[in-house]
This record gives sequence, C-alpha cells and structure tokens, in this order.
Amino acid sequence: MTQVAVPAPRSSNVIELHDVTRRYGSFEAVRGVSFTVAKGELFALLGTNGAGKTSTVEVVEGLSRPSSGQVRVLGHDPFTERAVVRPRIGIMLQEAGFAGDLTVAETMRMWAGTTSRPRPVADVMAAVALEHKASVQVKQLSGGERRRLDLALALLGSPEVLFLDEPTTGLDPESRRNTWRLIRGMLAEGATVLLTTHYLEEAEELADRLAIMHAGRVVASGTVAEVVAAHPARITFQLPAGVAPEALPALPGALSVHCDRTNGAVEIRTNALQESLAALLGWANPAGLVLPRLQARSASLEEAFLSVADGDVSLADPRIEKVSA
Amino acid sequence: MSTLSSSTNRSSINQPSSINRTPVNRLSLRRVSRLSRAEFTLFWRNKTALVNALVLPAVMVGAYAFYARDNEMLTGNTSISVYILTGTVVFVLLLVVYYNLVTAYVARREELMLKRLRTGEARDGEILAAGAMPAVVVALAQVAVAVGLGAWLLGLPVPVNVVLLLVGLVGGIVLFVLLAAVSTAFTRNVEFAQISTLPVLMVCAFGSGALLPLSALPDAVAQVLRFIPLAPVVELLQLGWVGGPDGVGFVEAFVPARKPVAILVGWIVLGWMALRRWFRWEPRRS
Repeated sequence: MTQVAVPAPRSSNVIELHDVTRRYGSFEAVRGVSFTVAKGELFALLGTNGAGKTSTVEVVEGLSRPSSGQVRVLGHDPFTERAVVRPRIGIMLQEAGFAGDLTVAETMRMWAGTTSRPRPVADVMAAVALEHKASVQVKQLSGGERRRLDLALALLGSPEVLFLDEPTTGLDPESRRNTWRLIRGMLAEGATVLLTTHYLEEAEELADRLAIMHAGRVVASGTVAEVVAAHPARITFQLPAGVAPEALPALPGALSVHCDRTNGAVEIRTNALQESLAALLGWANPAGLVLPRLQARSASLEEAFLSVADGDVSLADPRIEKVSA
Repeated sequence: MSTLSSSTNRSSINQPSSINRTPVNRLSLRRVSRLSRAEFTLFWRNKTALVNALVLPAVMVGAYAFYARDNEMLTGNTSISVYILTGTVVFVLLLVVYYNLVTAYVARREELMLKRLRTGEARDGEILAAGAMPAVVVALAQVAVAVGLGAWLLGLPVPVNVVLLLVGLVGGIVLFVLLAAVSTAFTRNVEFAQISTLPVLMVCAFGSGALLPLSALPDAVAQVLRFIPLAPVVELLQLGWVGGPDGVGFVEAFVPARKPVAILVGWIVLGWMALRRWFRWEPRRS
C-alpha cells in the first residue's frame, strides 16, 4: 500500500442509493432500493400510497438511518454527516408544520437565521407570490399558501440539492404551473432535484428520469420514454356491423386483440403501433370498411403507472381474450 | 410568482468551488439566537403562557411578601425569609420552566414545527435550547426581582456563598428544562400536559424542603426526599444564602454542598440520557 492520500474520484452523482432497506419492526417499508441522481438532474419517485416513497426519501434526506444499504448525498452520509450535508440541501417535506402565531415574514426570517447562505427573504417571498401575505399569521393562510411557504423555506438556503415531497399537492393549477417554473429555474441554475409526486403529468413535465416504486421496490426506472416503452400502445375501434371478430387480419407487432362480443368494442395492444395501424387500415380501406371511433395512441406514463399499481408488472394479462395474435 | 432572480447573489452562491469548501457547521449561537427570537415572539402572543409565567409567580411573590411584612415574627427570622425566597425559586422552576416548557415543546411537536426545524441546519440541541430560552430568561428575571423584593421587604441577609447559590439556580434550570423535554414523551397534546406534569409538580412542590422544611419530617422520609430532583436545588440555595441549618461560612459551606451537587449532577445526567432515549420529534402516529 504505497498510495498516499489520493482523493477518491469524484462521482458526478449527487445522490446514490445502494440496496437501501428500511424496517419498522417486522414491516419492511423499503426493500432494497438502488438509484442514482446525477448533478443537475430532476429525478422523480412515483408510486402508489404506501409504496415506500417517503420512507426512501427520508433516508436520503438524512432524517432516518437506513436499516441496511448505503446512501450518499454530495459524497457524504446524510445521516451521520448531517452537519456537512444540511447546509447544501433544501427539504420540503410532505407534511411539516409552522408555528401558526408567526407571520409569513417572521417564519422566513427565522428560517433564514438558521441557514448558512440565505437568499434575501424578500426575493424568495416574491418568487412564491407571498409578498402580499408577509405580515399575515401563518394560521390564516390557505392550504395552497402554506404549501408555497413550505417551498419558500426549502429554497431559502440556496440549496444544491432540493428534496420535494409532493410539492404541488393542494395547489390550484396556476400555482402548480408557477411551482414548476420555480423548479425549472432551480434546475437551470444547476441544482439537483429529487421529487416525489402523485401527479403523473408533473413527472412527465419535469423529470429527466424517474422510478416507479411498488411495495418497497423500484419496479420500473429510466427516462419517461424508456419507462413508457416497456408498455404497449393501444388501438381501439368499434367492429363494423356485419364483420365477425375472426375476420380481423393478423397485425404485425400486435400483442393481443380483444373483442367484446356484446358491444363490438375492439382493443389491440401492440409494440409496433405504426405497423399494426398500417396493416389494420390496409385491411379496412380496400374493403370500404369504416372503423367507428378509431383511436390509436402510444402508452402514457399513466398506463405504465397503473399497470404497476395493479401489480401487473409483466405484460401477460390473463384478462385479455386472445382471438388472434 | 416570478422566478428567483438569477442575478449576482445567485451566481456567487452556486459556483463549483462551493462544493469543495463545505461549511461544516458547529454549534451556532447565531442559529440559537435567531430561533429564540421567534420563540420569544410566540411566547408574547400566547396569552395562557404569559399568565402562567408572568402573572402567577408575581401574585405568589406579592402574597409572600405581604404575609411576611405583616408578621414581624417572620421578618425577624432570616431563615424564614430564606425559606420564602427558595419557595419562590421552586415555584418559578416548576411553573415557568417546567410546566411552561412541557406545553411549549409539545405544542411545537404537535404542530409539526420540530419536524420542520430538524430538516434544516439547526442541531437538535440548538432547537431545544432555543425553545427553552423564553422560559429561562423569564425565570432568571423573576428570581432577580424576587431577590430584590426580598432584600427590600424581608431584609434578606447577604449570601454566604454566591457560588453555591448560582450552581443551585443554574443547575436547577438545566435540570427542569431536561425534565420538561423528557415529560413530552408521555404528553400526547397540550391539554394533557395539565395531567402529565402533575407527578413532577406535586412531588417537587411538597417534597423538596422548600415549602415544608425536611427537618420537620421523620428522618427516614427526609432522607428519601433528599434525592428528589428539586431537593438538591433547595439545599444549595439555602446553603449558599445562610450557610444551611448550621449557618456555616463561605469555605465551610462547600463541604456539606458536595452531596446535593452530586445528586443534582446525577439527575442532570439521568435527564440527559432519558432525553436521548425517549424524546420524540414528531407526533405519534395512531
């Protein structure tokens, strides 16, 4: 061992989780979660209620110690090296309170007094559109205003890493857009964001990469396109009068064709939407058949999410009656 | 809403070099003072806390003073006047520090304020110290007023040993801040504090020798009561003021002080361990 004091190569990953578990008594809320978030990236953690998102995020924030596994934030253990990590991160919990008797400005000044590098309080108050509420006691704020104050406190310390646990829950659509704009502004300045959300369009809108958790595990991860790509596109239409389901052609790329014989609704799932659709139309057009209510659409994040939520992680779905493939 | 300005303050903040120059934050007086400023604001806006902390002790001191002034027998007896003063300190420690802080800590916990503060840079000890600050400052001010009134109305003697007096007072404050924090572990909400604080309040009020001299009790009982949390505080105050029952001088007072100091330190250590073991920063999830 002749090496002396060679600094470890600095990873570009700001957040690293390796095989993290978290147990409460005999219940294992997080069962071996691993992911990394690179500098400047927004990583979204999705999942059903009780999937283990908040339990996972609390470990990354350094609020709890993992039962096993490794967590690194900015190269440090967020729990044991809390004093090193905290000045560089901002945390917006899903549920944290305020002293109701303090005003908005007093609350922000108090928080600024605890941070190493506070931004000017007035700037942050304006950024979340609370400047007109500066001298209002927190107990008189609406739910959405409290959520914006929450965000303001998380932003106040000029964080390099921002943890946002359901930041737009309870916000009206306009406030949600504004929050998105603030988050994008932070990203543009080089911040790294770990976001959990119930709103799939929020993840689609903001996330560079995402992971879907179910029952304490990551069951899908990647960019939105990658996660969605694992799920088939759909073609739906009404079977034209007088055409039997068996008359439908074989479609390239189609995984299943389902026909409801009571109302004639056809649903085709396919991995090759364009080819399947071309073949379908190539069959219908020459025959002069009109396909009522024809729709063709790629899988959305919502479909990917719902199939995970249903526990339908594989693509084999026994409910689909395969009349041809 | 607008985006945060990306002007000068921002660019200076996010320079890559800040990643290497990590500010390691040690215990910070600035954070404690900024947090306590908010705690003082909350204290002034909380009418119940104000009455408990300011009006009740004032009424007590006044009642004691008039009672003593109208009884020449009492004012003529220095040890009685010292009993009255130590009784006032006991009252302040129990009501202003202990009871008041149990409700304040529980209120902060139940409104999820403690949970929020723990997401920031402030350390656990700083958060609890800042929370205790209004109670400690008010308690010290009241003791100062009580001593002044006592000297004026009761003709308090000059203390024999100020060191022991201060050890007793400061140690008592530290201990009752710790006991208040520990008591939050079995206090579900602010209302329940009226019940959960009774054991400590009752045992300390009647067993500490402040209102009722321990020497007036059977020996075996008195020996046991010397070990309750408030007893060493009272003993040190009386030793420091008049040299205890035997009226010893400055140097001699240190000898009998060893035992109460040891008991007081023992309680503070126990309180600290209990705090680390049982204190909860969030409401219990039912």
